Amino acid sequence: MSEPEFLRIVRDASVATIFLNRPKQLNALSLALMDELVAALSELEADESVRAVVLTGSETAFAAGADIGNMAEATPVMMLQRDQFCKWDRICRFKKPLIAAVSGFALGGGCELAMLCDMIIASETAQFGQPEIKLGVMPGAGGTQRLTRAVGKVRAMEMVLTGRAISAKEALAAGLVNRVVPIEVYLSEAQKLAREIAAMPPVAVRLAKESVLKCFDSFMQDGLEFERKNFYLLFSTEDQKEGMAAFLDKRKPEYSGK
Amino acid sequence: MSTTFETILYEKTGAVLTITLNRPDRYNALTEAMQRELGAAFKQAAADADVRAVILTGAGKAFCSGQDLKDIKDMPGRNLGDSLRNNYNPNILRIRGLEKPVLCALNGVAAGAGMSFALACDVINAAESSSMIQSFINVGLVPDSGSMWFLTRLLGYYKAFEITTSGRKLGAAELKELDLVKEVVPDADVLTRTQELAVQYAKAPTKAIGLIKRGLNRMFTSDLESALAYEAFLQQIAGESEDYKEGVTAFNEKRKAQFAGK
Repeated sequence: MSEPEFLRIVRDASVATIFLNRPKQLNALSLALMDELVAALSELEADESVRAVVLTGSETAFAAGADIGNMAEATPVMMLQRDQFCKWDRICRFKKPLIAAVSGFALGGGCELAMLCDMIIASETAQFGQPEIKLGVMPGAGGTQRLTRAVGKVRAMEMVLTGRAISAKEALAAGLVNRVVPIEVYLSEAQKLAREIAAMPPVAVRLAKESVLKCFDSFMQDGLEFERKNFYLLFSTEDQKEGMAAFLDKRKPEYSGK
Repeated sequence: MSTTFETILYEKTGAVLTITLNRPDRYNALTEAMQRELGAAFKQAAADADVRAVILTGAGKAFCSGQDLKDIKDMPGRNLGDSLRNNYNPNILRIRGLEKPVLCALNGVAAGAGMSFALACDVINAAESSSMIQSFINVGLVPDSGSMWFLTRLLGYYKAFEITTSGRKLGAAELKELDLVKEVVPDADVLTRTQELAVQYAKAPTKAIGLIKRGLNRMFTSDLESALAYEAFLQQIAGESEDYKEGVTAFNEKRKAQFAGK
């Protein structure tokens, strides 16, 4: 991949951190940025040495929304042809754990992007909101669906219909984020969580992630069957043998990743 | 960086910033314009890394007589709740959220929300003739801008109830007895004494003081487990500060530390 213009990627052993990097635009999610993000994630997905990814912005802004300049004069047909949200579907299918480290604004597309991640670590200054209504539109990249699943109908409804943002503290109480930590450590805490997960047997991590996500688009019984089959499948891995043997021998497991 | 304000003074001397409520003919009563300027001043103080201690005081005889009732008169049908939400509350939070010591030189009376502003500061030095008064009840209102919160925490329920429902004046001696003020000094000295303290703070490890302030403000609503977890975060952050490095180096070299405030 050529050097991305709107991202900065830092690798540290098995954890990769992607920084959204359009500081002047508060990391507004332009089409070009999203293209780069999808390309970067595809590359990290293919790289076996990467076991978990952190997605972050800056202290001021995770991402302050979509690029309005890209959209102001658009027609419905243009929007349809552009089909910009297909990229979001791709991120949703990313197979490795993806952790958002959010500080400052996570608004509109920024909030939706954070919610596409598997977990969210927030700084005390983080703000989450879907302000699209104020511009005469509504969330278009999952904001009405993922937010509702995350925080429940009444809270999602208020956020989407008023456009008002919620604080990190409110987001924690609503179950939107995993933890709220001081601004100085939100990124290192997210990376710490990523390292902890990266040390787990990767095939189990992948199937477990798939199974949790299955919950959102299946009936209970289908989800349970999906879970069960993935559970059985893990008995074909070396890491399952090692994990259980180590447990019985009362020693630390040494996972091979196979 | 200098901004001209009309209702307050914003004066930097070295690392010490003095914000003076400056409507002495109205006993520094709070107007919307003044609240806007105070908000801007505290934002500027937060953004200016050279500022390492802030003094809040009043011009003339009073510290602050609370809401200017004349200012309200001009806006018939206004909702007092909205006035708090839009003007007062954000400023109280800005003072408590400012990660630098805010020292109040209480030069005269602090009434109503004026008392709340004094209590939002981190240290209060009181002039002998100064006083505080929960004057809200005297016009049929209730304490606001944090007065209920500050007083229950500082004095407990019964004392807070007595002070807020009696609307009586608390003189400097009583304020000292209640531990609401750090010290009582002659009127002529209150600003100088506070400036001396500010100069001390301006040489302190400001980052750590900011973290202490952040931590202490959380403790009021925290259980021990969360408090311990939060302290660990703050210590982790302080442990990565330049001042900590300097502190340890100076200790080992048996010299006085020169803190940069970072």
